[in-house]
Amino acid sequence: MGESVGMNNEKLIELRNISKSFDGEQILKSINLDIHKKEFITLLGPSGCGKTTTLRIIAGFVTPDEGEVIFEGKKINDLPPHKRNVNTVFQRYALFPHLNVYENIAFGLRLAKTPDEEIRTRVSEMLSLVNLRGFEKRDVTSLSGGQQQRVAIARALINRPEVLLLDEPLGALDLKLRKDMQVELKRMQRETGITFIYVTHDQEEALSMSDTVVVMANGSIQQIGTPEKIYNEPENAFVADFIGESNIVNGTMIKDYTVSFAKQVFTCEDAGFEPNEPVDVVVRPEDIDIVPLDKAMLTGQVTAVTFKGDYYEVIVDIDHFKWMIETTDRVEVGQTLGISIDPYEIQVMKKSEFSGMFGDYSTFSDEIEHLSDVETEETK
Amino acid sequence: MTPRPKNRRSLAAAPHMVWAILFIVAPLIFVAVYAFRGQNGGFSFENFAALGDYTDAFVRSASYSLIATVICLVIGYPLAYAISLASPKAQRVLIMMVMLPMWINFLIRTYAIMKLLEDTGFVNSVLQKIFGEEVTLHMINTPGAVIFGMVYDYLPYMVLPIFTVLSKIDPKLGEAASDLGCSKIQTLFRVTLPLSVSGVVSGITMVFVPSISTFYISQKLGGGQYLLIGDAIERAFGNPEKYSVGAAMSFVLMLIVLVSTAIMNRFDRDNAKGGVVV
Repeated sequence: MGESVGMNNEKLIELRNISKSFDGEQILKSINLDIHKKEFITLLGPSGCGKTTTLRIIAGFVTPDEGEVIFEGKKINDLPPHKRNVNTVFQRYALFPHLNVYENIAFGLRLAKTPDEEIRTRVSEMLSLVNLRGFEKRDVTSLSGGQQQRVAIARALINRPEVLLLDEPLGALDLKLRKDMQVELKRMQRETGITFIYVTHDQEEALSMSDTVVVMANGSIQQIGTPEKIYNEPENAFVADFIGESNIVNGTMIKDYTVSFAKQVFTCEDAGFEPNEPVDVVVRPEDIDIVPLDKAMLTGQVTAVTFKGDYYEVIVDIDHFKWMIETTDRVEVGQTLGISIDPYEIQVMKKSEFSGMFGDYSTFSDEIEHLSDVETEETK
Repeated sequence: MTPRPKNRRSLAAAPHMVWAILFIVAPLIFVAVYAFRGQNGGFSFENFAALGDYTDAFVRSASYSLIATVICLVIGYPLAYAISLASPKAQRVLIMMVMLPMWINFLIRTYAIMKLLEDTGFVNSVLQKIFGEEVTLHMINTPGAVIFGMVYDYLPYMVLPIFTVLSKIDPKLGEAASDLGCSKIQTLFRVTLPLSVSGVVSGITMVFVPSISTFYISQKLGGGQYLLIGDAIERAFGNPEKYSVGAAMSFVLMLIVLVSTAIMNRFDRDNAKGGVVV
């Protein structure tokens, strides 16, 4: 186990132009991705975006129709799962019900004909790593979801794989436990120095744990970057909408550093577009300042105010576009509000296939957004 | 809560209770009464003493049915495993094919096997077409033919419970095993097999129990030379004077079945508790 923290730049896995179809439906469309040693990389996206299929291709359960899977410089497309130096933590754990905790964890070592003495040492090492000391003789079916999850992680990590694949490992846990496990997974990754490839549809989970986030939609990669980059500089409307809350408006890039939207001209920090190119403009709700009306860049009517604990979520109708603003100021429904946006808070994006799909907050509902998060992806 | 739901439940069970008493408990009592009633009408073990004449039949029944059970397991497990790997559509067709013989009357099936195995039967006529007139494989009226009959009749009872258990095993477990380094064969022995023990146990029980008490098969396929305990019981009950001996034989057979079933169930429980088979 290494002590070093963070990823280095050595490529471990390369996916080159990977495509895959099931029953005539294209699940992956020419994916290209580099995964580095010691990286915590997260494949993030909604149901059916292809993230689980990508993971299963790396594990060897799915063979790509086209493209190459390269592991440490060698093409491994046809290498069966049991010969790959990767291990998987499955969504519903897939622990062996006929074996106790000890034997579940020792499973891989027994196959490798490891001496009993060494198995005993390494299993107890693993049990400490996942905080399950004293559980050796327990029946896995008698464990809680969180404990089963830990056994599944120990069972995979004990083999000292180069890569650990995690398929929505926290999906079945309740919120509190999920938060704890996020912290623990991050710790385990740091302690072991193993590359983690993590699949989730939970953007918060992705942002808080990862070195690198890969946002996927419709079988394609939309953006690869650090959590900060993904959040602050989304490359298209899909990424902006999927990660956090966003106001996405149509705009025109008049010239470098000058963009117009909402019938006003704003200074921004973006450049490199064609003159008068149509663009999507993203402004995060927490980046909008409420100012006195005489200093306002835009003004509108407050249509809804929701108390969120540490802030208010305010919906403002500005020229029939509903903006979301997060503020600690108290405002009233019906009030006319003046707002101001600083140049560095404006993110200009090229038009994409997702432009116009994510509009304003006129039909916004927390409940519907929550429902759409429920993961139902077929794991083929 | 009113006690009414409970009453309703017991009411719903009433037809079954009547059935069980009439057709299961009552015959058992009759068997016991006949088995322990001596010539003078009092309680006696003399019927059991008379069973010494039937030792051969008991031993023969036990050994034939054991062999038939082993053959059923050897054929049935791979068959059930193969079916469990097929697509759902193919599974339905294959299971149908396994069950198809059960739709045909037992006697007709036995006669059909007889016709197949006879010296002038179908199999020999095919062999003669291929290897010449002088070739005759003598199959009918041998212990092999009797065991073949048992295997043929009871194979579905081995395949079905094993298939049911296999098809319920989470396919993710196979993936997990291969992820942890198992080849396909290792997955079979380390995961699939231990998890299907309960199906194997019910398969063995469901083949062994009817095999050991079977009758008629031996009369037709063994030419009456190999008396099985089922046939002996049938014969005893054909003669009113021998009812008591028949009842005693039934009683002993029942004990053998109970003990072997208990042993099998013990094995199942031990295995469910954990531990690796291979």
